[in-house]
Amino acid sequence: MKLTIQVNEGPYQHQSADSAYYFAKAALEKGHEIYRIFFYHDGVNNGTRLTTPPQDDRNIVARWSELAEQHDLDMVLCVAAAQRRGIVDDGEAERNGKDATNIAPGFRISGLGQLIEGGVQSDRLVVFGD
Amino acid sequence: MSMLHLVNKSPYESNNLSTASSIMKGGDELLLIEDGVYGAVKAGKASAMLEGCTVSVMGPDLAARGISEDKLADGINVIDYNGFVELVEKNDKVQSWL
Repeated sequence: MKLTIQVNEGPYQHQSADSAYYFAKAALEKGHEIYRIFFYHDGVNNGTRLTTPPQDDRNIVARWSELAEQHDLDMVLCVAAAQRRGIVDDGEAERNGKDATNIAPGFRISGLGQLIEGGVQSDRLVVFGD
Repeated sequence: MSMLHLVNKSPYESNNLSTASSIMKGGDELLLIEDGVYGAVKAGKASAMLEGCTVSVMGPDLAARGISEDKLADGINVIDYNGFVELVEKNDKVQSWL
């Protein structure tokens, strides 16, 4: 089964960033394919590498990056949501004249069309959010 | 054509469980996750809404809230993330009530 997962909630907010991660991990362990994970609204905060949680807490951002590296996942941050919340990659820094970038490894910034295409190309779209 | 309905809010903070359970069709299934698990408590106000629905609840989310399985309404399946993936496989569509 081919899946696209949508995450609408930031890390350390309620529970959706955790639910989405554990669901994705279980699906991959069962041999399913994750076509894309699309981060929308406050969900784009899952993709800032400047996050520094206390040592005895889970690192939600690093956990996503590791999962993406292990399984070659396509993790997309919505561009308009990312711009509003200050999540920046090289392209956005240049385009908007910013002096730094903060996107975490394994993430990329793109448009809402990526969510629609993910829904069309996948057998199931599963949405996690607040 | 069956649909999996996901409810992640407590029935004490939103009407999502009530709306979802009233709109479900035969063959559809309901999965309670996150604060939605409060809807599965037998003594709670929501258990009457679940009558006639096929209901599962996330075991890890119950445990995180200190709800033991003997407190649940009758006929509710307690599952883990593997079971969650299986429900997504089994139903044609997934609707999250956010």
